[in-house]
Amino acid sequence: MSDEPLLRVSALSKFYGSRVGCENVTFDLWPGEVLAVVGESGSGKTTLLNCLSTRLLPSSGTATYRMRDGQFRELYRMSEADRRFLMRTDWGFVHQNPADGLRMTVSAGANVGERLMAVGDRHYGKIRATAVDWLSRVEIDEDRIDDEPRSFSGGMRQRLQIARNLVTGPRLVFMDEPTGGLDVSVQARLLDLLRGLVTDLGLAAIVVTHDLAVARLLSQRMMVMKDGRVVESGLTDRVLDDPRAPYTQLLVSSILQV
Amino acid sequence: MATPLVVSDVAKSFTMHLRDGIKLPVVAGVSFSIRSGECAVLGGPSGAGKSSILKMLYGNYAVDAGQIIVQHEDGLIDLATASPRTVLAVRRLTIGYVSQFLRTVPRVSALDVVAEPLVERGEDREVARNKARALLAQLNLPEKLWMLPPATFSGGEQQRVNIARGFITEHPILLLDEPTASLDASNRDVVIALIAAKKAAGVALLGIFHDHDVREAVADRVIDVTAFAAGKTAA
Repeated sequence: MSDEPLLRVSALSKFYGSRVGCENVTFDLWPGEVLAVVGESGSGKTTLLNCLSTRLLPSSGTATYRMRDGQFRELYRMSEADRRFLMRTDWGFVHQNPADGLRMTVSAGANVGERLMAVGDRHYGKIRATAVDWLSRVEIDEDRIDDEPRSFSGGMRQRLQIARNLVTGPRLVFMDEPTGGLDVSVQARLLDLLRGLVTDLGLAAIVVTHDLAVARLLSQRMMVMKDGRVVESGLTDRVLDDPRAPYTQLLVSSILQV
Repeated sequence: MATPLVVSDVAKSFTMHLRDGIKLPVVAGVSFSIRSGECAVLGGPSGAGKSSILKMLYGNYAVDAGQIIVQHEDGLIDLATASPRTVLAVRRLTIGYVSQFLRTVPRVSALDVVAEPLVERGEDREVARNKARALLAQLNLPEKLWMLPPATFSGGEQQRVNIARGFITEHPILLLDEPTASLDASNRDVVIALIAAKKAAGVALLGIFHDHDVREAVADRVIDVTAFAAGKTAA
């Protein structure tokens, strides 16, 4: 365990005109830690995720990231090219809709291999072998490697998107509702897979979800957002078992028992 | 003897914001300490706050007031105000917990559920699995169940998986929330033996045992939780 955080976020705000996207969000994320951001739609959790992953620029506030060489760099002061490089190599972004994170008209193997080529891998045999290895890690049969993701089921597409993101060995992965829109049985398989990969690879992750069960299974820490602000944060099991903020109590009490 | 856990003047209440903010006091003025090598038992009727006290000690419930001082690595930490990251480190290295119910994860085998806390402490996976096998055998869990996820196990089987998971590590402090509630007599005896071994190894244990025989067998002393009833002390 490192003694320094991977990501430091301080007083981050994003306004859309006079509307609040997210306001005054502050937290640190350490290597290997999974942080869940929960709240209902419109609470600002996706705005926050997009700001953190530099897909959006915030109105104010800072986020500093510890690069592989140990230097902290301020994300919003990096050049566009540097940010893109970070996004391609050290970060991953898993979209709710796999079509947003995959290239639907090239083969599954190429989807995984493309990220490897982006970090400078050129040896075809090696790239293909790595792709095969990653497809099996996300439980996709090797004989589907030349198929396009268009022909995959929703759950398979999501697993392919995960393989594409993790193949470069990122240290930080952003996930936006990674199990949204999937059947519960498919969801359980995906969650278990994600949980295993995150532990084995020691990934840090920020997972946006409205599903508290997903948050409980994947994360150690949690932030609850409402109207763009963080209303409660802490250990995931503490927040869920002893919710303190009125809004968190409402969320927890609204879970359907099975 | 070392005293790795000191609780002083801890208070806990729940504020129910969905019910007009009514405040439910649970306990107040909770003060006690546990020495290495002893097993103390929280006593008192249901609803007295025994489980709430254990959950505060594990960082699972927030603490309204007071201190929970734990000897963690080479220093002292106040769990009542510790950061989530510190609480996680304390759970990994210092405080173990056997809950009443197993929270199962889809598709993870019983063996790996038991081995996981050791792996998290940096133990080799196969070494951890071997230790897990030994414990599950000691607790008489049929070998054909080891590779299955415990979600479909009976209550008693799940509880034995949970006990093995709690006892596999060498945490210096171990919290036990009714670990014998759904066990038969022979498995109760196994748990009593496991607790005795932990005591001999110098672990500080704090537990809740409704079963009179188990309590008689393991308890060095009883901490009467009704003395900490909220409202009894001057608020």
